[in-house]
Amino acid sequence: MDLLIKNGIVYDPINKINGEKMDIFTSNGKIVSNAKDPKVIDADGKLVLPGGVEGHSHIAGGKVNAGRIMRPEDGRKGIEPKGKLTRACSGYSVPNVYATGYRYARMGYTFVMEAAMPPMAARHTHEELIEIPIVDKGAIPLLDNHWMTMECVKSGDMDKLTAYVAWILKATKGYGIKIVNPGGVEAWAWGKNVSGLHDRVPKFDVSPAEIVKALSIANERLNLPHSIHIHCNNIGHPGNSETTLETYGLLSGVENSDRQVMHATHTQFHSYGGSNWGDFCSKADEVAKYVNAHDNLTIDLGVVMFCDTTTMTGDGPHEFNLYKLTRRKWSNHDVELETGSGVVPFVYGAKIPPHAIMWAVGIELPLLIDDPWKMMITTDHPNGCPFTFYPQIFALLMSKKKREAMISEVHPVVNSNTILPSIDRELGWNDIAIMTRAAPARILGIDKHGKGHLGSGADADISIYDISPEEVDPSRDYAKIEDAFSYTAYTIKSGQIVAKDNEIVAVPSGKTFFVDPEIDKSLMDAMLPDLELKFKEYYSINLANYPVQDAYVPNPYKISTKGA
Amino acid sequence: MSAENRIITDVVCPFCGSLCDDLEVETDGTKIVKVKKACKLGKSKIMGHERIESPLIREDGKLREATYEEAIERASQILSNSKRPLSYGWASTVCEAIEKGVHLLEEIGGVMDSTASVCHGPTVLAVQGVGAPGCTLGEVKNRADLVIFWGSNPVHAHPRHQARYSYNAKGFFSGGKEDRTLMVFDVRKTKTADKADEYVQIEPGSDYKIFSAMRTILSGNEDVVPSEVGGISKEKLIEIVDRMKKAKFGVIFGGLGLTQSRCRYKNLENVISLVDEINEHAKFTLIPMRGHYNIAGFGQVCAWETGYPFAVDFSRGYVWYNPGETTAVDVLNRKECDSFLVVAADPASNFPKGSVEHMKDIPVIQVDPYHNPTTEFADVVIPAAVAGVEAEGTAYRMDGIPLRVRKLVDVKYPSDEEIFDKMLTKVKELKGA
Ligand code: SF4
Ligand SMILES: [Zn+2]
Repeated sequence: MDLLIKNGIVYDPINKINGEKMDIFTSNGKIVSNAKDPKVIDADGKLVLPGGVEGHSHIAGGKVNAGRIMRPEDGRKGIEPKGKLTRACSGYSVPNVYATGYRYARMGYTFVMEAAMPPMAARHTHEELIEIPIVDKGAIPLLDNHWMTMECVKSGDMDKLTAYVAWILKATKGYGIKIVNPGGVEAWAWGKNVSGLHDRVPKFDVSPAEIVKALSIANERLNLPHSIHIHCNNIGHPGNSETTLETYGLLSGVENSDRQVMHATHTQFHSYGGSNWGDFCSKADEVAKYVNAHDNLTIDLGVVMFCDTTTMTGDGPHEFNLYKLTRRKWSNHDVELETGSGVVPFVYGAKIPPHAIMWAVGIELPLLIDDPWKMMITTDHPNGCPFTFYPQIFALLMSKKKREAMISEVHPVVNSNTILPSIDRELGWNDIAIMTRAAPARILGIDKHGKGHLGSGADADISIYDISPEEVDPSRDYAKIEDAFSYTAYTIKSGQIVAKDNEIVAVPSGKTFFVDPEIDKSLMDAMLPDLELKFKEYYSINLANYPVQDAYVPNPYKISTKGA
Repeated sequence: MSAENRIITDVVCPFCGSLCDDLEVETDGTKIVKVKKACKLGKSKIMGHERIESPLIREDGKLREATYEEAIERASQILSNSKRPLSYGWASTVCEAIEKGVHLLEEIGGVMDSTASVCHGPTVLAVQGVGAPGCTLGEVKNRADLVIFWGSNPVHAHPRHQARYSYNAKGFFSGGKEDRTLMVFDVRKTKTADKADEYVQIEPGSDYKIFSAMRTILSGNEDVVPSEVGGISKEKLIEIVDRMKKAKFGVIFGGLGLTQSRCRYKNLENVISLVDEINEHAKFTLIPMRGHYNIAGFGQVCAWETGYPFAVDFSRGYVWYNPGETTAVDVLNRKECDSFLVVAADPASNFPKGSVEHMKDIPVIQVDPYHNPTTEFADVVIPAAVAGVEAEGTAYRMDGIPLRVRKLVDVKYPSDEEIFDKMLTKVKELKGA
């Protein structure tokens, strides 16, 4: 059915529409300039945005499911009975597949990127992605701690590395290159870690810095829509901002005219000063200064909010450290020749000094970085908190009063060890639209594939919120911001109304986005003998059983690229 | 090999949790004539044996032949007319069928449980208490210098496990068994124990005590450990803990000897905690020796679909999980369910007497390629294709690695996935009417 969304206040930053009252038409799942006999949605006095784009979240695969299996107590916190159309839901920080799809859709999100797919278990990630209803999605395979990668780095063979990356993307139906604690995860297979960019990885004799630079070269040679996506070394450590800034600097001078060349994820967890938990403090200002001065880098936030959540990363040694702090449950899963992962339940407490500082850092960063196009708002779901905290986070960014109210409730250390209380900046509607729609789509490279905007030909993914930017002053009425962003009046996915007033009204299946890089056959042929040897000697499965079959992407959206 | 015969390589074995994926199967176009590289267990599973030829419906006490349509209709009626339907089994079929099964049970507000509840269920409960420090089997193959089988006997139950993944396997950092120490802890000297560098005999039911003693020693409090625990001397225990602390990469493969003996899930909590604590000294992991080839897959599917890995009750509309209450054995034993759907399992042989009793009093639906003692209780029998031989789909190895099992030959039987898809449609129809 064609739609006319009438008289809404539209923010569509990619098309430079900044709060204009206008009509939007959809037909056959796309935005069009006019439609015949459309169904009319009266959006008078409502906020109209492109569908939300979640650029970094953990929603599917082995570690998410390890979280569910390990935490029945979390499951109980989110129970919703089955409905006429909807399946039974469970979970708070580790929702089941249905809750994941419905909650994103009800909040107005229509695209979600799973940010860490272990290649050998990619089939699992895809099995869950298939089952997540409504939203479009993709998954980024981990590539940095692979033996193949490190051997290519060691020998300096960029042709081979490029071919290998292409092979993994094809075999896993993956979206890009994820880097997680480069070198540290291989070291963790021996119970060790790396402590900085220039440590040598045991047995492979390469450094994290070398791995990052090499994968960036492969990424650019393959012309991937997204840049390398990096979780830096030393996550969570006091004083880690030095490693973070040094990592950013690794690609200093490298440019791509279309997009960033490095996306640094959950930057909140990487922007700390101090040398121990006693003098732990924020270095958001220094990180922001770097980001402000460079145009080849983007970040996402990884905001912490106070709650009982589940941490999960490919960073095995980090999760073990969290286990030692909490002494609660610890799940670990090292994946042969490739990667690792860990899962630890974690409570962020407002009165616990380091946690209060972490919270402040997540809010400082977007207020200190001038250009909203350089960021996506994320909570690194569920690491900082579940994605359902977004409305509160938007309110914190849009209202100094809201921040003051919250600061008065958290540990006073935020007054001395962060500069959050002194920041006056309040973000506007357009900033939020950029950081949750336009920028994530650009950063991921899906803006060219109809996402993150409302221009003619774009996918008809639209969220309509029951709040009028003309009447509400976010600075003062921050409670209204929180309420309004909690659920949409309408979420439209591919031209179909899927959610209305917090209720799911249709449950289509979303598409899976993946990249199919074409490279010179001779490069691939030259790489394969090495890979075959790895399977023959070291993997515990056969090469023929590794690639993810087409059956695991029933609604494919393939982005073909041509490598140089 | 005749001209028409076809050799299929890289076949995944659908029998045990080792999920070996290097088999070669020869078919003559209609049936399988040879299986290479599999162990006896795998070979006999793939070669197959006498089948249930046709769907059956019980009438006047006797099973008579029926069409698939009739049998599925009958099963759907039973399920949609029951107040408290129960389903059990699901470990020897593929994830795609399990997904349909979960949906079916949600639709009819029933209880869904797997064979885990009578084998590694206690392991799952322990994971919920303390977590799961694991890794893939290839990590063991490439790195392990200390391999411990505790209450598990792979020679008997997972015959190719040691050659492919653990003790005998050659890997990147390990030349094979010369570079590894194999220790076996068991109440009796098993075939696996015969090959061990060190066999440690333990007294039945004393695993919990032994782990506690080891943790006490590890934490530096050996002075409070008595001179002998569970049949092991204190000196020996100290030596073992020391050996574990010195491992470059250690692994414990825990078996039913832990889950089915005294203390059950507490044994697992204790050994997992031991492994956690050793990690402050040495890399150590634990992998449960899952039996049926896709029992791990059931846990995965059930968790992503419902939030919980087994024993889920949909009667409230939302999912209620409470093992001990919502486990199949208990629901039957309380004589609570008024119909019972059994999929690729044999509760009549494996459940306690009290639970089996109730199977006589309620309609039982069996979906299985083969007859087994449960067939004697069944009112509707629906023969299915053998997943992994006659139907394709996903299965999860004991270490969580998902593989796609193949369809090797064409048969007249529908797959589990097709059967439950039809049943789901039918049930929705009946409920809507
Ligand atoms: S060890 Fe298990 S999976 Fe491997 S061939 Fe034997 S039965 Fe099959
Ligand atoms: Zn993340």
